[in-house]
Amino acid sequence: MSTQVATEISAIAHRSIRARAIASLGPLTVVGGAVWAILQPYRITLLHPHGQGFWWLAVEPPLLVVLVGVVFQLLIAPGVISDLEEVEDAAAR
Amino acid sequence: MQPPAEHVHWLFATGFLLVALCLLAEALAGPEAWRRRRWRTYLWPGLIFFGGLLMWPVMTFYTNSAIHMLAHGSWAQVMMLAGGAQLALASGKLQSRWWQLTVPLALIVSGSASLIHESNGWLYSRAAFVHHVCGWTVIVGALFPLGRTIRPRSLSFSTGYALTFLIVAVVLFTARDAAPIFGHYSDAVVPHR
Repeated sequence: MSTQVATEISAIAHRSIRARAIASLGPLTVVGGAVWAILQPYRITLLHPHGQGFWWLAVEPPLLVVLVGVVFQLLIAPGVISDLEEVEDAAAR
Repeated sequence: MQPPAEHVHWLFATGFLLVALCLLAEALAGPEAWRRRRWRTYLWPGLIFFGGLLMWPVMTFYTNSAIHMLAHGSWAQVMMLAGGAQLALASGKLQSRWWQLTVPLALIVSGSASLIHESNGWLYSRAAFVHHVCGWTVIVGALFPLGRTIRPRSLSFSTGYALTFLIVAVVLFTARDAAPIFGHYSDAVVPHR
């Protein structure tokens, strides 16, 4: 196992409950959108696009929920978790 | 090329869901960690302000009646006021924390507008039900930013504020122009459309 991977695993294992909660927000949102898509597949008009207008193909609520989860997880959560850990480390010292 | 009304509700629901996630992350991380990066302090106020801007075309193109126009116009104004005040607080152009009161004001005006511009009762249709639920959720939810103004570090008030947006987003995603009010559970209730 490389040093970098070992460090990352160690860092994840030592995450606080608050950091884990923030890290779970994006995945939970993605799962929520995916479950919705499975329960109501007719809300995904891309699965039956014939005869659908522009807006029905462009705005697909379950996919929008998944998109929000992905955007949050990739662009917002990592920085918040990193800053939270710095604040927690500084408070622990 | 105007989107159907239900699509507009879903697009706003998407924005509110992102705001809710940001507010939840801020509540969990605490204000110190959240404000460590400058751009993040502008994030949800910017989204609220942008949402207010987008309410103007809604007011212009979805004018079913005078009351619809007034409701959408007042929404646009209070969302821009709340978002703008939060942006100014984040940048330091405003100092007094009492400017935070623009958020509960915006929620109370928005909730009232939602209830007033829905002239039908709760069980008239899915759209009517959604507007009543959103209206009351937002009015009751105004208590959380009000409490947050007085106790800025309160986890309960911050979480409640975030959950208000989350509930509104979920309810807005259920908006349909024509559908049984409670979907498959609607046997007991006959919608008018």
